[in-house]
Amino acid sequence: MADAAMGAAGAKPREVHVGFMPLTDCAPLVVASELGFDRSHGVKLVLHREVSWANIRDKLAVGNFDCAHMLAPMPIAAALGLGRASDLIVAPMALSLNGNAITVSLRLYEEMLAADEAATRAGGMSAARAVARVVRARQQQGREPLTFGMVYPFSCHNYDLRYWLAAAGIDPDNDVNLIVVPPPLSVDALKIGRVDGVCVGQPWNSVAVAEGEGVIVATKSELWAMSPEKVLGVREDWVEKNPSLLSDLVRALVAACRWLDEPENRREAARILAQPRYVGIAEQVLLGPLTGALVRGGRQADVLDPDLVVFHRGYANFPWRSHALWMLTQMIRWGQVREPFDLKALTERVFRTDLYREAVAALGVPVPAEDAKRESVFFGNESFDPDAALSYLRDLPIRSSGADLSAFASLNP
Amino acid sequence: MPSNSDSSLKILVIDENPIRRAIIESGLAEAGFTAVTVLANTTRLIDHIYKLDPDVVLIDLENPSRDVLEQMFQVSRIVRRPIAMFVDKSDKSEIEAAIEAGVSAYIVDGLKKERVKPILETTMTRFRAFARLQAELDEVKGALKERKIVEKAKGILMKRRGLDEDKAYELLRKTAMSQGKRIADVAHALVSSADLLED
Repeated sequence: MADAAMGAAGAKPREVHVGFMPLTDCAPLVVASELGFDRSHGVKLVLHREVSWANIRDKLAVGNFDCAHMLAPMPIAAALGLGRASDLIVAPMALSLNGNAITVSLRLYEEMLAADEAATRAGGMSAARAVARVVRARQQQGREPLTFGMVYPFSCHNYDLRYWLAAAGIDPDNDVNLIVVPPPLSVDALKIGRVDGVCVGQPWNSVAVAEGEGVIVATKSELWAMSPEKVLGVREDWVEKNPSLLSDLVRALVAACRWLDEPENRREAARILAQPRYVGIAEQVLLGPLTGALVRGGRQADVLDPDLVVFHRGYANFPWRSHALWMLTQMIRWGQVREPFDLKALTERVFRTDLYREAVAALGVPVPAEDAKRESVFFGNESFDPDAALSYLRDLPIRSSGADLSAFASLNP
Repeated sequence: MPSNSDSSLKILVIDENPIRRAIIESGLAEAGFTAVTVLANTTRLIDHIYKLDPDVVLIDLENPSRDVLEQMFQVSRIVRRPIAMFVDKSDKSEIEAAIEAGVSAYIVDGLKKERVKPILETTMTRFRAFARLQAELDEVKGALKERKIVEKAKGILMKRRGLDEDKAYELLRKTAMSQGKRIADVAHALVSSADLLED
């Protein structure tokens, strides 16, 4: 693969500053830098470890970073002016799929077992049915509602958790409390009873299990196989000013992702990520989520799931516009955005499949023919057709009354 | 001094660093702001905010709980009054200045920015002062540590090579010069290899 790579380089590698959060799925950035995939593509990554997604957004906006490890909905939220309005951030590639899980406290786990043992132990979508029983029982007994944590308002954690609850008939805005819990604080929050469950990225679910403070009742891959999670976020003006550097960067990261998806490399990845300057969690704990051998805790059966986190195979790096579109439907569903807009135009502006195709063309990396796909192995028996996003939205049983869907209809024929 | 209505703006400062927390609190008090609450522990942050109902929230950028505040951009059952970022897209240099100082400010939606500006400015000044203090302290600590290691290296040379203190120092200095290194680095290398040999 020295061909295109060397051609781009020749000269001194160009520095690219990148912000990341200490989570298992920052691996593509760390591995690209540690194993030299960046230099062999003419790029020198300078990594900046951050403590909050808000910092990532702001430091990217003012140019402290050129690009960042981002929650897939963040560039979309920026384009909609949600949170702090910023310049347009685009996603020229996805960094990983799956990788999150829903973990409940030992107390809630016992309540779930008592309410519906079979559903609890089946895990995944079924586990939400046990939660629903607990929610109803608590309502009848006049007890405190359950509190769930997720990591950021514009995150798949938020949308996946809400979807999971709503599919079992729980209204996430009225039947439970939903709060933001930063990942490093999530285990403590479970321990002291601040939350009854969290939807958080790895390794924090496995840390909770290892410390005996939580039980993993659903993984993201069980809710939606090959589902969107992290993207590379880059300011649109930086992309315009540095087109060839961006291509080199994407190629370097794709090479790192390809390396990461070789099962025999996952142990080495755990060793690298365990260092304090990266994730800083014991290698032993990182191994489970990275190799797919997941210990769930409680009386849940351990699983071997090679799809726990996916970095490259199955077009994992392709920034599917259908993924962006689905996230938009969830932002509308839960009232995060109310003013009508053209959904498709926005996904095209933010999820830059063209940049990805162009960057990997010389590498022989397979790319799909289309920019969007239908989802069918999706939250139980549901499906998502990107050509019918509004009718999908209309048919969802629980949704906030915030947005007027008929107003959206005229802009989205 | 701020006007009466501004001096009573309810300000919440979230900072896990006790020294910085204290200097910010005193800075705001000196600037005439009387309704300041400081919070070190962020475990029940949303509950605190709900009870306190602040007009302005200041948080240090090293705090992961900054993301908790991001939830408050929208009205919901747990948020009484939605908040906004103090500086927005239009004031890029102001965002830069705040990031460089290491602080972020959130204000209640609709509150006039001019009223809040002195609060943010006071806080930023105090953050910068604290960063300078911290840097000086680190420097002193570093220098002390280096002095200790040079002393230790001298001791090793005196013992192993039977030199007096001045000669031992002279040897360290010459070695450093010939290798283009700092004396402390040569001392460090010597101490760690001596440790290896002793085991």
